[in-house]
Amino acid sequence: MGSIVLEQVTKSFGETQVIPPLDLTIEDGEFAVFVGPSGCGKSTLLRLIAGLEDTTSGRVLIDGADMTEVSPSKRGLSMVFQTYALYPHMTVRKNIAFPMRMAGMSEAEQEKRIMAAAESLNLTDYLDRKPGQLSGGQRQRVAIGRAIVRDPSAFLFDEPLSNLDAALRVGMRIEITEMHARMKTTMIYVTHDQVEAMTMADKIVVLQAGVIEQVGSPLDLYHTPRNLFVAGFIGSPKMNFIEGPEADQRGATTVGIRPEHIDVVEGPGEGIWSGTVGVAEHLGSDTFFHIHETGLAETMTVRAVGNVALRHGDAIHLRPREAEMHRFDAEGLRMS
Amino acid sequence: MAIVAQSTRRGRISRATFAWIVGLLFFFPIFWMVLTSFKTDADAVKPEHLFFFTPTLENYLNMTENYDYWRFAQNSIITAVFATIFALAVGIPCAYAMAFNPARGTKDILMWMLSTKMLPAAAVLYPMTFLTKSLGLFDTKFLIIVVLMLINLPIVIWMLFTYFKEIPKEIIEAGQMDGVNTWGEVREILIPLAWGGIVSTALLCFIFCWNEAYWTVRLTTTDAATLSKLIEGNRAPEGLFFGRLSAVSTAAVGPIVVLGWFCQKQLVQGLTFGAVK
Ligand SMILES: Nc1ncnc2c1ncn2[C@@H]1O[C@H](COP(=O)(O)OP(=O)(O)O)[C@@H](O)[C@H]1O
Ligand SMILES: [Mg+2]
Repeated sequence: MGSIVLEQVTKSFGETQVIPPLDLTIEDGEFAVFVGPSGCGKSTLLRLIAGLEDTTSGRVLIDGADMTEVSPSKRGLSMVFQTYALYPHMTVRKNIAFPMRMAGMSEAEQEKRIMAAAESLNLTDYLDRKPGQLSGGQRQRVAIGRAIVRDPSAFLFDEPLSNLDAALRVGMRIEITEMHARMKTTMIYVTHDQVEAMTMADKIVVLQAGVIEQVGSPLDLYHTPRNLFVAGFIGSPKMNFIEGPEADQRGATTVGIRPEHIDVVEGPGEGIWSGTVGVAEHLGSDTFFHIHETGLAETMTVRAVGNVALRHGDAIHLRPREAEMHRFDAEGLRMS
Repeated sequence: MAIVAQSTRRGRISRATFAWIVGLLFFFPIFWMVLTSFKTDADAVKPEHLFFFTPTLENYLNMTENYDYWRFAQNSIITAVFATIFALAVGIPCAYAMAFNPARGTKDILMWMLSTKMLPAAAVLYPMTFLTKSLGLFDTKFLIIVVLMLINLPIVIWMLFTYFKEIPKEIIEAGQMDGVNTWGEVREILIPLAWGGIVSTALLCFIFCWNEAYWTVRLTTTDAATLSKLIEGNRAPEGLFFGRLSAVSTAAVGPIVVLGWFCQKQLVQGLTFGAVK
């Protein structure tokens, strides 16, 4: 059990307010991802929930109980840090056992849980090593092992994969997602990587400068971004934004269209955009074009399915899918 | 390439020569003291007997027979050990709080603590003597322990603070998330991780306590008198007995030099505040 509610929470460091008043509810069992650019306050928000930072004002409720003044050790949450934060003087076994030993669990039960965790995280052969003798990926597994053994009411992850190389990152991402599917414990996961957010989350919380820009499922955010920031942040490659006559024509200040919603067509014509290919990235499954001289935006990005045999300097003609066009007003807010 | 190699070699040689000169300069008085301690009082003041003399153990035998060296040594050990233990007992929690939960005034408090070392001890000599006498603490080991602890506390806290600062904050926070209380944090995480630093600090504090002479000489007469007092006592009342004085001094610094010799590595680390890894 572990629902988490933030009520009018604020946080200031000295004179600087990092989190303006903020309300957020995370349901029991949910996988919530805080995503946003670096320095937007994701870690601070997570640390407020953990109790590692004191709130300046507002309340933190865990499972309905007011935990605002409760120390981190008594909140019943587990945390996995970006730097792993293993105890360097203890073996893997002792690291994993540590929270159970602190909770006064019996030796037999500790051993049983260590073995189960080691088994599921492929750490059985490393139990007697010190963290310094492990690779980055193994250290991260130990950190996760240490977090799961005592059945926390929720898991907090602060960019746990950002110190790993790309291949390992994808593997661990899937493992954590599967772990959530199996355990069904509330998880809050902080990342600046929108791909991680999209692939892992039940609920994404998009943050900018301490303010929640939008809360929703990955597909909500993809299909109906609430403003220009969310529209530009979610999705890869980034959405194209167009101002000027094309936008006016559709009654908006800015229109946005995702690279995958623009088709490459044979020749110019009515409602067709034309430009010159700057870079063509041929991946086999897809072709990405970075297109200049469209008169619409500096660079337009287009994703075509399969291989399209156009190269640098070729003329290219594009037909946007009208139904997939996003319209934004002068304040940058979505127009229905 | 050859020129560069040569000049660095020459640099290395001149640096080594310089280090040797400084080393010998520091070592000479000690060497002289040890040498003198094996001379008769008469030989000790004759320049022609600087290196050539008939060695004698008379001074040492005299010392253990007439002056009860062991009682002074015992006082030195007791006061230095307990002062060090208490300094750590106060210093560890204090440095821990300042390193991991700094408040707005933490930096100022650290500076202020260090500034107390700048107060001339002589300025408080009279109040201290008067106060301790009227409280009945004069010439007690308890007083010497408290005084030694207090005068070394600033440096102990500074050193520990510097070592604790090197421990990543996340490890302490991980401990908190894992359900450990404050005492557990100190015992299970802080002390094991900073063990090297704590040992260096303790050694240095012990040496400072052992060598302290200003207060130990002035606030004791017999009961709590340490080896510093023994040296002092052999200087003043009986005139220029250099041979005997040197023997007493050698016996006083001997144990600490041996200790220092065995703990060289820890001490260098301690004195450089962990900068040498
Ligand atoms: N202990 C602190 N003291 C002062 N400012 C801080 C502190 N921690 C974070 N900040 C500031 O708060 C903002 C948000 O930081 P953080 O939550 O770490 O961002 P993120 O995790 O999204 O990258 C940043 O501008 C950062 O400089
Ligand atoms: Mg962060």
